[in-house]
Amino acid sequence: MSTENKNNGHSEDNVLKGTFKVKVGLAEMLKGGVIMDVVNAEQAKIAEDAGACAVMALERVPADIRRDGGVSRMSDPEMILQIMETVTIPVMAKARIGHFVEAQILQSLGVDFIDESEVLTPADESNHIYKQDFKVPFVCGATNLGEALRRIGEGAAMIRTKGEAGTGNVVEAVKHIRAIVGHLKKLSVMGEEELMSEAKNLAAPYELIRWAARNGKLPVPNFSAGGIATPADAALVMQLGAEAVFVGSGIFKSGNPAKRAEAIVKAATHYRNPDVLAEVSKGLGQAMVGINLDTLNASELLANRGW
Amino acid sequence: MKTIGVLSLQGDFQAHCDVVKKVGAIPVPVRTKRDLEGIDGLILPGGESTTMTKLLLSFDLIEPIREMHAKGRGLLGTCAGSILLAENLVESSQFRFGFIPMTVRRNGYGRQIQSFETDLDIPIFSTSFHAVFIRAPKILKCDTGVRILGEYEGNPVFVHYNNLLATTFHPEITEDTRIHDYFLKNCVST
Repeated sequence: MSTENKNNGHSEDNVLKGTFKVKVGLAEMLKGGVIMDVVNAEQAKIAEDAGACAVMALERVPADIRRDGGVSRMSDPEMILQIMETVTIPVMAKARIGHFVEAQILQSLGVDFIDESEVLTPADESNHIYKQDFKVPFVCGATNLGEALRRIGEGAAMIRTKGEAGTGNVVEAVKHIRAIVGHLKKLSVMGEEELMSEAKNLAAPYELIRWAARNGKLPVPNFSAGGIATPADAALVMQLGAEAVFVGSGIFKSGNPAKRAEAIVKAATHYRNPDVLAEVSKGLGQAMVGINLDTLNASELLANRGW
Repeated sequence: MKTIGVLSLQGDFQAHCDVVKKVGAIPVPVRTKRDLEGIDGLILPGGESTTMTKLLLSFDLIEPIREMHAKGRGLLGTCAGSILLAENLVESSQFRFGFIPMTVRRNGYGRQIQSFETDLDIPIFSTSFHAVFIRAPKILKCDTGVRILGEYEGNPVFVHYNNLLATTFHPEITEDTRIHDYFLKNCVST
């Protein structure tokens, strides 16, 4: 990976920890999988048994955050630790945008990945966390290519398209993955002389723009999140170019979480196989009740958080 | 040209497919029984072993892979793949093929924050091999007959048993193709 990201490797002889390579390495291992939001150890176990490749530990799923309102913060470390003790798969947890102290705490707990997430209430209205200072990898949301590359410039080891969390409506996830993949295609046919202007237009680091133009992809894995509620939704964003999916409220706000979770795991593997998708979509019970985006005010849209 | 299946249920299977191409073989992503037909060897990639196990069971891949092994086809397992090949797992009852008589502890080096990269001395290669360990399993014990090709801090990290190869690190995410090349030359025949 020839990005300009410096690592902050901690060296003992020739052993390096917390390097960009090691951070992106974990993201690579999660590809083709499903990362599920869980609010307690019991749900974490259900997720692991269903085949989740990782869990996201948080106090309230986005649908409840949306309903309850108020300020949403990092989860109680005790709850996160309980989940870490319960499952053997990687455990992620969320910090508020710009809240580097929450991130320091999560790193100290030993979580495997930190999500600097728009689902929580932002702590800084202009700056994100400087993620290269951390040994633990970060995932950040993005709605377009410029935002994705800014986050990678700060040290993110994985990007997930934001979608609109807690709505059970996949429309925004589709919009964001199309925006990023479409823009990558556009970059790949641009001349070298056009890339500086493009970096300016996108407000993204020039070297990362050049890397993306040469390689036709992001320099880190690109996952999808926000509104995925069915196996078909998961397969849709993956056929559009997402390399794995996050499912938040969609599982534990549905009628039969274990069965739905398992079905989405199978869909993430066989996302190009309609026969399997048909089979796993049968008899899943009630999906989460979705929200139509035009019923939300601009101030209620979580995807607008992030700079 | 040799055809190498890459188990593509979950994990970094694409990275393996890319390396297989680089070493002059044809990669075939394996998601169903039918994908196993006509392959000369199989790679079990890195990823989450619990997820892969679940999907191996759901899509009836276990018996066909056992049959493949019984017919003498070579297998390479990296990280999670090495867990699937091990005979014994410490404190875990999860499924494994058990083809290599060795004992493995999942996440044996700790959580992600303990993941590391380092240069390994591997005697069969003339220069060191840069190895990336991600929440890696630790091989605690190998029975006689298992050839240890590389070690880190006294534990085996690269082993060869008949036509099976296992690494607890990820040769697929570095530019170095020597392990895949070794696999093709020593474990896979057409």
